[in-house]
Amino acid sequence: MHHATGRPPRVGDAPAIRRTLIGLVLITGALLILAPLVVIGVQAFSMGVGYFGATIAHPDTRHAIFLTVATALIAVPVNTIFGVAAAWAVTKHDFRGRRFLIVIIEIPFSISPIVAGVAYLFVYGLQGLFGPALQSADIRILFALPGIMLASMFVTAPFVARELIPLMQAQGRDLEEAATSLGASGWRTFFSVTLPNIKWALLYGVVLCNARVMGEFGAVSVVSGNIRGQTNTLPLHIELLYHDYNSVGAFAAASILALLAVVTIIAKVLLERQGAGRRSRPALAAPIVEAKP
Amino acid sequence: MKIALKNVAKTFQTFRAVRGVSLEIESGELVALLGPSGSGKTTILRMVAGLEYADEGHIFFGEEDATDIPVARRGVGFVFQHYALFPHMTVGENIAFGMKVSKNKRSKAEIEARVGELLRLVKLDGLQGRFPNQISGGQRQRVALARALAVDPKVLLLDEPFGALDANVRRELRRWLREIHSELGITTLFVTHDQEEALDLADRVVILDEGRIVQQGTPEQVTRSPNSSFVMRFLGDTNRLGASVANGMADLGGASIAAPALADGKADAYLRPSDLAWSATGGGIPASVERVLDRPDSRRVIAVTDAGDPLEFDVAPEVVVRAGDRGFVQITRAQLFAAE
Repeated sequence: MHHATGRPPRVGDAPAIRRTLIGLVLITGALLILAPLVVIGVQAFSMGVGYFGATIAHPDTRHAIFLTVATALIAVPVNTIFGVAAAWAVTKHDFRGRRFLIVIIEIPFSISPIVAGVAYLFVYGLQGLFGPALQSADIRILFALPGIMLASMFVTAPFVARELIPLMQAQGRDLEEAATSLGASGWRTFFSVTLPNIKWALLYGVVLCNARVMGEFGAVSVVSGNIRGQTNTLPLHIELLYHDYNSVGAFAAASILALLAVVTIIAKVLLERQGAGRRSRPALAAPIVEAKP
Repeated sequence: MKIALKNVAKTFQTFRAVRGVSLEIESGELVALLGPSGSGKTTILRMVAGLEYADEGHIFFGEEDATDIPVARRGVGFVFQHYALFPHMTVGENIAFGMKVSKNKRSKAEIEARVGELLRLVKLDGLQGRFPNQISGGQRQRVALARALAVDPKVLLLDEPFGALDANVRRELRRWLREIHSELGITTLFVTHDQEEALDLADRVVILDEGRIVQQGTPEQVTRSPNSSFVMRFLGDTNRLGASVANGMADLGGASIAAPALADGKADAYLRPSDLAWSATGGGIPASVERVLDRPDSRRVIAVTDAGDPLEFDVAPEVVVRAGDRGFVQITRAQLFAAE
């Protein structure tokens, strides 16, 4: 469209290639991503708003929503603190095993969540490492809220740290050293120098972490025991409804999860506008505006 | 305040960055730590600041042993090579930061007045509302200096302060830093790998190599009487010619110079480009011209002696010489060291 006549197109910019590529991506995107979402919405209301409302209002569904939100309310702050501490330790200090720690943090990303769930079974289960001790102390971890939280936290542990580490690495230690040399304490340095420079990336990590906590299925399904109305989170509840041949109920519950996802995506886009999620040092590398005093 | 380092050493993993350095900086002195990269100069500066702890030795601030005092309580002003201005704070907030976190509380009005005073000192009045990314590199470095001075430091430490700036701004800031120093009289230690910068700016130059001090003295002492071939080579362009010394005279294969301090035997003569002259007719070391480079204030001649040694020297702009000419190189002065 914008080709000046007689000029050769840029590499890969031939109209035929461009149309084919864009078309291919649009069709795949529509089929793979958009269509299922639309189906969820349509199916959820296929038996009317009343049925939709009744499904949501059902005590089991309400409890599943409560459990999912409760899990997020605990797992997300814990992983945020863990992520900030880990990123701080890895990027602002030198110690033996620094690289090893980075690898450890990344493990949940590469391990299938189901493996994590099974691992927790082996650690806290009745036949597991601490199982007998926990049972004699009458502490329930598996098939209860603590197990769900632990599994969710395992799966989402890297989210905040992974957003922060590259950014903090690029920012270096100069700012913290400058603040300390001016007499600031460690906390003061963190809150008035480090935090303001990582806040968007931090929020971005929190949003991604939250989305994953609420949507986690595999690890949670192993450790929760799937007790209806007791240890079912929203994703597990959706599966249960579906297996009960209550597909409209399943879709109604799924639409809530999808709604949460949409809210997350909007938050993510807004944050990205603020420069989060980019692997650069936004404020430090801004172009110099020549100013005459 | 007087600063003294006694046998300070620092090792990073297996790299011995600083090896037993002792150094005294008098109160009010402006001292340059000069050396090639890896010579330990920045590590020494960071140890004085407390950003790095010495493995061995002691650092004294006046009579007080400051070796184990953490950086936040050491009372130094540190200026970083890349400024390290807080990007989310304005120029004014950057300068006020040290006063705001200080234990001796000051009122808002006091801090504001001091910021204004410092902005005038670094000639940036009216810029306190700008953010660091809205001002030029030279201005950022001046803000960094004002921020460091705001906490009334006992000593000012600058790490390659002008390294990231272009040549003109660098020269201007150099003169300006010298003015500020004579106005405030604060003990100042700065690190540079730029010989010209060290010689132009410092009262005293400390030359480092491989974690050790190899020579220290006024710019005049180190330039006129370098104590080793390393210092001679590091401070500027040099030519080297082999010489043989006998009875207090060094023979350079066509020219001879007095060498009263050297024993008989082999020696190396180090010659600056301005220590040599060109003569078409005779007297001196026979050589042929390979290239002539014209520069604003002189002509640089690249020649080879008949013995095969390359020589570079400067002649006045009106001297007629071109590639292929044959003639003689005459020596006006030289530094002689026993052969290595």
